[in-house]
Amino acid sequence: MAYLWRKLGFYAVALWAALTINFLIPRLIRGNPVDIILSRFQTRQPPPPEFRKALEVMFGVSHDPLWVQYFAYLRQLATGNLGTSVTYYPAPVGTVIGQAMPWTLGLVSIALLITVGLGVGLGMVAGWRRGSWLDGLIPTTTFLAAIPYFWLALLLLFFLGAGLGWFPLNGAYDYAHVRMGFTGDFIGSVLCHGALPALTLVISGIAGWLLGMRNMMVSTMAEDYVVMAQAKGLRPRRVMVAYAARNAVLPNVTGFAIMLGFFVGGQVATEVVFSYPGVGFALLQAVGSADYPLMQGLFLIISVAVLAANFLVDLLYGLIDPRVRKAG
Amino acid sequence: MTAVVTLAAPRDRVLGLPRSGKLVAGLVIVGFFALLAIAGPILAGDPEALVAGRLEPPSAEQWLGSTDTGQSVLAQLMYATRGSMLIGVTAGVLGTVGSLLIGVVGGYFGGWVDEAFSLLSNVALVIPTLPLLILVADYVEDGGPFTYALIISLISWAGPARVIRSQVMSLRNRDYVDAARVSGEPGWRIMVFQILPNLVPVIASGFVWAIIGAILTESGLSALGLGGGAVTSWGGMLYYAQNGSALSMGSWWWFVPPGLFIAALGTGLSLINFSIDELMNPRLRKAAA
Repeated sequence: MAYLWRKLGFYAVALWAALTINFLIPRLIRGNPVDIILSRFQTRQPPPPEFRKALEVMFGVSHDPLWVQYFAYLRQLATGNLGTSVTYYPAPVGTVIGQAMPWTLGLVSIALLITVGLGVGLGMVAGWRRGSWLDGLIPTTTFLAAIPYFWLALLLLFFLGAGLGWFPLNGAYDYAHVRMGFTGDFIGSVLCHGALPALTLVISGIAGWLLGMRNMMVSTMAEDYVVMAQAKGLRPRRVMVAYAARNAVLPNVTGFAIMLGFFVGGQVATEVVFSYPGVGFALLQAVGSADYPLMQGLFLIISVAVLAANFLVDLLYGLIDPRVRKAG
Repeated sequence: MTAVVTLAAPRDRVLGLPRSGKLVAGLVIVGFFALLAIAGPILAGDPEALVAGRLEPPSAEQWLGSTDTGQSVLAQLMYATRGSMLIGVTAGVLGTVGSLLIGVVGGYFGGWVDEAFSLLSNVALVIPTLPLLILVADYVEDGGPFTYALIISLISWAGPARVIRSQVMSLRNRDYVDAARVSGEPGWRIMVFQILPNLVPVIASGFVWAIIGAILTESGLSALGLGGGAVTSWGGMLYYAQNGSALSMGSWWWFVPPGLFIAALGTGLSLINFSIDELMNPRLRKAAA
């Protein structure tokens, strides 16, 4: 239980930090969104003060002291109000995010499962057979890990999409011919459109897991309990999976937070290249059209999602490694 | 030296590092790019000059063809190499200094200082960085390369700081540190002269990772069009290539080289890092015996 409470406390602090950063960045670096929107209207005469006032109320800009604004901001968040989007006016930011979120969640979770599963599996075998031809693959994975997501997405789009015509070039499904719904056509279209973005994420992400797992396998295999298991005459497969791999995977799980950070970054680049209608694409569009309420709402949602995923992994870690529960 | 480096590996006579193919390959690749960054722009000429027709494929005069406005891709690539490496190294240095301060001070003093610093770096690790950088980069719009290096380094110190901290904690209780403490050396002296020299492999490895991370992050930001127009980098080239319809016109010579350079330099730096890791953990070495 102590473990659970400590983790809860930590994520509460992290969440508070994310909220506060989100509050401070726009206020510290630049003026307010109302000025930016007014400058976009390009009117000859200065806008009437009532208009300005109305905009300020809408975007929650106030001239109160910072701490008053801060509490007002927290109170707004507590009621789930993220403000109004400028680009999709008068849609609330929450609605815009709600439409983008399912695409991103689907893409990230599937790509992440494939990456982790494949990376850990291959890394286990590569570590088990250290010194075999599999080690020759390691320089290749190093190269894959160093490829920027954005460029890999461009290459896949150019060669597999445009060049060979195997995959569609953009979007999440065939908007013109398929209706959204639980039909075979729709699901097929979604899978077809998601294949290249997912492939981008998997190729870039897999090397880290593979290498981390391989190195931990090599270290674990020298442990006494593995030697003991072998001496007992257990089948090699059982020694590899139940004795070596089970322990070797633990440090990789703790590295999950960092991996997830890279993954989310890659997700943004990938969505932009493939015009995939997810959160990252929306974020860049919001930046492009100076839609500050939407930008902040998106950053907040992404942060909360990442924190929640990390919290879940920490809980899982407590389950698979009894030592951390005791130490807590 | 102490337990950190106590291996009887075959050593290079000049650098004193263990001889390994990885290290040599890594150094050669990184050296090649360093040379390009220094000499390339001088040899390649003006990247803005209009020297050819629109989107011409590679030829004897223009080795890497031309952009949509008829500028030389090769000349742009040379300048971008300099820009990217400069930002990478600057951000790497800043990030490493940050991680050293946080890691060494927290690990050495322990107690609430350590608790606070650990909390800070753990929070920095779980907050998604690229969306944060997009937000910040959009707000600072017209900063120079140094501003971007500074922003990038703000998020790159946390990971290495954790590694350094745990290493310091294991060094802190060694006999020679106790001896120095008993003989009355002040805390800063123990940190700088007793502990720091034994952190060199960890710091070196953190520094190399920080450079890779910074170059990748910068290229990601610039490729999304958030690098500020004034900054020339590999990512910036990718952005202009995508917006200059290099993809739909099939002008692969424009967008393939910058990405290939990023990946190649990243590979070189990773190879150097793997040899540092192997130096610290002999089990990782190929079973040579």
